[in-house]
Amino acid sequence: MKISFNINGTPQEVDADGNTPLLWVIRDVLDLKGTKFGCGKAACGACTVHVNGEAVRSCSYAAKFAEGKNITTIEGLATGDGLHPVQQAWMEEIVPQCGYCQPGFMMATAALLEKVPNPTDQDIDDNIVNICRCATYYRMRKAIHRAAEIKNANT
Amino acid sequence: MSEPKPKKKFSRRKFIVRSSVGVGVLLGGIYFSRPAWRRSIASMANSAEPFYMGGTDKPLLWFEIRADNQVLLHSPKVEMGQGTFTGLAQIAADELEVDFSQIKVVHAATATGNIDGLSTGGSTSISSLWQPLRELAATMREMLKHEAARIMGAEASALSVKEGVVSGNGRALTYGEIVKEVKEWEIPETPPLKDIKSYKFVGKPLPRVDLHDKVIGAPIFGMDATMPDMLYGAVVRPAYIGARYVSADTSQAEKMPGVVQVVKEADFVGVVARSIVEAENAKNAIQVTWDVEKEWQSEEIEEMIKVGKGEPFVIQKEGGAKRILDNEEDVATAEFKSPIGAHAQLEPNGAVAFVEEGKATVMISTQVVKITRKEVAARLGLDEEKVNIIPTYLGGGFGRRLHTPNAIQAAVLSKAVGKPVKCFFNRQEEFQNDTFRPPTHHVLRAKLGSDGLIRAIEHQVSSGDVMFGSPLFPGIAEPILGADAGAWRGGMIQYGKIPNYRAVSWRVKLPFATSWWRSLGLLANTFAIESFMDELAIKAGKDPVQFRLDQIQDDEAGHRLKEVIKAAAAKAGWKDGAHNGRAMGFAASTDANTPCAQVAEVSIEDGQIRVHKVTCAIDPGLAVNPDQVRAQCEGAIIMGLSASMYEKMTVRDGQLTPTLYGPYRMALMKDVPREIDVVILENAEAPGAVGEPPLGPIGAAVANAVFRLTGQRLREMPLELA
Repeated sequence: MKISFNINGTPQEVDADGNTPLLWVIRDVLDLKGTKFGCGKAACGACTVHVNGEAVRSCSYAAKFAEGKNITTIEGLATGDGLHPVQQAWMEEIVPQCGYCQPGFMMATAALLEKVPNPTDQDIDDNIVNICRCATYYRMRKAIHRAAEIKNANT
Repeated sequence: MSEPKPKKKFSRRKFIVRSSVGVGVLLGGIYFSRPAWRRSIASMANSAEPFYMGGTDKPLLWFEIRADNQVLLHSPKVEMGQGTFTGLAQIAADELEVDFSQIKVVHAATATGNIDGLSTGGSTSISSLWQPLRELAATMREMLKHEAARIMGAEASALSVKEGVVSGNGRALTYGEIVKEVKEWEIPETPPLKDIKSYKFVGKPLPRVDLHDKVIGAPIFGMDATMPDMLYGAVVRPAYIGARYVSADTSQAEKMPGVVQVVKEADFVGVVARSIVEAENAKNAIQVTWDVEKEWQSEEIEEMIKVGKGEPFVIQKEGGAKRILDNEEDVATAEFKSPIGAHAQLEPNGAVAFVEEGKATVMISTQVVKITRKEVAARLGLDEEKVNIIPTYLGGGFGRRLHTPNAIQAAVLSKAVGKPVKCFFNRQEEFQNDTFRPPTHHVLRAKLGSDGLIRAIEHQVSSGDVMFGSPLFPGIAEPILGADAGAWRGGMIQYGKIPNYRAVSWRVKLPFATSWWRSLGLLANTFAIESFMDELAIKAGKDPVQFRLDQIQDDEAGHRLKEVIKAAAAKAGWKDGAHNGRAMGFAASTDANTPCAQVAEVSIEDGQIRVHKVTCAIDPGLAVNPDQVRAQCEGAIIMGLSASMYEKMTVRDGQLTPTLYGPYRMALMKDVPREIDVVILENAEAPGAVGEPPLGPIGAAVANAVFRLTGQRLREMPLELA
């Protein structure tokens, strides 16, 4: 079936089985590889993208539901040439190790900051529930607080 | 023929000799006596003198200098998050005399020849390349200088070099400009290296070279690799322990949408389709007949793994520990256990392969580039030179990618359809077909002397295979080596003032694959020994920190261990006993000649163990990048907490379970200590191991704190309150 949506601000029409997980449409049809496959069962968060601003685990989200919606991936998180505050904070705190899970964490964090501009540690514990095997959580927590600072200073 | 003993310093000539023998030396062990072999392997597993096997001494294969004066460093080690690329860039920049920003590190492909014959792992990447890379970079710098002199018509000694620009005689040439003019390079004798104190980049906490790519989601991983006209493969993988492929009914799968071809081999069946989803769906429609001899249960594995059931090897012996412990009264004894652990790295295993007439190309996340090439070449019946392995960034390694049968599978599928094929494990297959951290069982005995110090101590560990389970150590090595040096890693007694000590490693062959898991036996062995040390300190009525310090020998290793113990205790404000609902626990380990001590501050909340703060002191020798040393400590502590407190695979009716994140409980953000305080000591001149040693003490540190809060001595990982 034909599915139309905006991805990273650009209108797209793809021809795909409507039940195909959005993850594979993003990765293999649109060739945006920043969104990762981790488990395929919405259990790890490596595939997190934004659908109409909400953090969604795209491995378990049928492509047909994307019809008419705004999708943002890590490639479109920043607007303009610079980095999104979350990416800036991730740079400042030197968060990534292997880096594979990091786009999912950054997307989850960016969505959290839209709803909770100054998250407490408890907010972070409750909302950032992705998995990082290198266990970069300690720096991530610092980076999430730092991202909130940068974002609030910008607005 | 003499033993290829690693040298602290080797000239270019020696370096060539070392390089040319490569992995052949390792496999050609029959030339060496057994003791020599044991020493070599032991030194690699547990010493400051790491191996660098293979690669090349030709600077031009390491450094590619571009017209714009950028330098590509072709790394023989892969980047799996441990920060090796960054450290190598720092080391090379200082001797090459370029700015850090001028260096870009890339994975060397086998076609360029610059590949470590052994593997990336064992916390040896920086330490093993410290000397050769500096010599290569210095040699390259002199080669450039020599050519600049020729072009300028000047004496090389009259020229100076700064940030990749050679100046003198009123002229200046960039490295990029020099390279354009060179037709034939002259390789000089290795020049003297700079004084370490004069280095501008080594020792600085510079940001990772891959930081920006990893923050923007650049397509750098094996799973992101693509080739033109690529198709997608899926292979049916066994769900039962010991399952052997017999046959497959593929009639349904052949009719599924998107299927290009079903591929039946003698040992597996797979399918190639237009998309991942179509390949997975078709795979699921294949009916495979497996031969499963036995449906294993966890209880049987636990029985097999008990000390006394396998084959024993004495790995350490001083004085008459056994005689004392067998015959005297009032001997303290304790048992500990650790479970089967999964790697659970986020990027599944897989590969993109293209097999054409007489050659093959494979893009893959692998820790064993040369072994991957050898295995693919053997399966396809090609010469190894016809197979180019292009390593990608790894979405986690942890030992999982020492095994790459997925490369063979992708290559076989590609050969069948004549097009590039991408073929990956799904998550369930990852969990079911992992090369697990083996379960362990530990029996400890000790006798205190009248002075309250240990008079005799014994540690016996029983474990499934670690090194012997990996492709790095062929069958020929087993009878020569005896004990599995991976299983006993961390299993020796590190308190050299004890007059009588003994360690025994029992080898058990398990029915499922076990192999390297970050830090190998260190986590479980340290949990057992350091929990027991805590019990002995309490029995002796002594402070556990002082109790350890009093029993460490006065040599260099002892000095470094004492220093980290003192530093961790001081930084944490060590206090024995429980205070206001919290308690500290202490533990220390020495791994690959890197001592590490940790203090865990713990409370009990809602009946659960809560770790608030971990203080870690480590002495990895010279810290090439202190920020990355810190990052490795933070990650190792949390990964070690996860493995110590939550993770466990079980065996039910022949299957390893669970097979998904979540049910395989791992540390999440909410479980992570709010404070992790890392103190870096540098009491050795060269860089040592970093990636694994800080995993050692954490389990015991937490368990020792829990005892002070609850009086419960936790003897089994994952740690659970009664």
